[in-house]
Amino acid sequence: MNCSELRDHFELYSLGLAEEPERSEIRAHLDRGCEVCMKEVKHARELAAILASTAAPLMPSPKLRRRILAAAGVESYGFGWTPALAAVAALSLCAAVYFSGREREFSQEARSLLAQTRSQNIELTRLNEAFAILNGADTTVTSFGEKQPKPKGRVFVNPSQGVLLIASSLPMAPAGKAYEMWLIPKGGKAPVAAGMFQARSDGTAMHVQLGALDVSTSAAVAVTLEDAAGVSAPTTTPVIVAALQ
Amino acid sequence: MWLLPLLLAVGAAEGDTDLVLRLQRRDPRALAELYDRYGRLTYALILRVVRDVGAAEDLVQETFLRVWTRAQAFDAQKGSIGPWLLAVARNRAIDYLRSAGGRERNSVEFEETDHPSLFTDMEQGILASDRARRVKAAVEKLSASQRQVIELAYFEGLTQTEMAERMGQPLGTVKTWVRAALKNLRDQISTAEASA
Repeated sequence: MNCSELRDHFELYSLGLAEEPERSEIRAHLDRGCEVCMKEVKHARELAAILASTAAPLMPSPKLRRRILAAAGVESYGFGWTPALAAVAALSLCAAVYFSGREREFSQEARSLLAQTRSQNIELTRLNEAFAILNGADTTVTSFGEKQPKPKGRVFVNPSQGVLLIASSLPMAPAGKAYEMWLIPKGGKAPVAAGMFQARSDGTAMHVQLGALDVSTSAAVAVTLEDAAGVSAPTTTPVIVAALQ
Repeated sequence: MWLLPLLLAVGAAEGDTDLVLRLQRRDPRALAELYDRYGRLTYALILRVVRDVGAAEDLVQETFLRVWTRAQAFDAQKGSIGPWLLAVARNRAIDYLRSAGGRERNSVEFEETDHPSLFTDMEQGILASDRARRVKAAVEKLSASQRQVIELAYFEGLTQTEMAERMGQPLGTVKTWVRAALKNLRDQISTAEASA
């Protein structure tokens, strides 16, 4: 999906309510540093913050303030500490700093694991989608690039599930750019955008575009190099063209 | 009267950078000051979600302690601590609500949406900005069904599928209401930015 197709989902994403496949698409855009999506998500977070302040204001119990400060170990603030209390507070503060340091370490580790899990989940989802197309009874296969040095690969088309593109010898896109796949209809009609993807450092790439496809009206699958935010019509010469049979 | 928490929260926004720096230095006064600035807003938000005074107080405490222990990860220069605090508060409250209601919890999702690094480069004092006033006015102007889906999404954390079940409406209808409501609110923000 390109950025404009995700436009209605940034607010839901910021609230933790986006559904698939939009949630994974937004994550993928953010992961690859898509400036358009980062800006939209920032606006969405601002809207969420403003919505928070529409709750009817209510005064909490005065005890709550003391309870929170006590739980954080800073209860005695403002009341004049005796030396003994000061010593206890200093010890508490040292413990708090120590545990804060440990908490930061754990937090960093958790963030790293979370990012890793997220990335693996996205990859796993894509692999499952790819296998579903590969194993489809009515999936057709088209090779491309066999008579040229690069890139090479295959396009698998399943009329009810979507298109899977697997490529090799595809150079990594320059900064701010990404590959965009297109479905080319027969009869000279305008190409239909079919998702953005990146090539890996080893030159391989895999892209899945889910959704039903009328093979009888589709002439080819093509790939162009575009701005990372995506475009609604190709602006460069295709680097891949696979004529569907 | 209803303006008081906002005025307190936002009048303080200018000093938020200094406040965050002191939180990061573990200055005990900073936590008390943070509570004085944002405690009422936070409590109001959480109580609106959980509708239980005891649970709301527990969750307010959890929210402030979470911010206190995670302040190191916050960007004092570029960050907006008010919106971050409210995001943590909402996520804690929704997580509690989902857990209490036997619904699936999505803590991992929340972890992504309230990470301190995400609350940077926001408008200073956004909670009392012209934009905020326009959005609040726009919420009031939404149709009843549009306002309801926004409230169910924001204050109850319902997905669109869950909203459809709750409201007894087709999912497509709910999605249309959500899209229309968000577009109205988004348009108000754009109008505010264009006139700024």
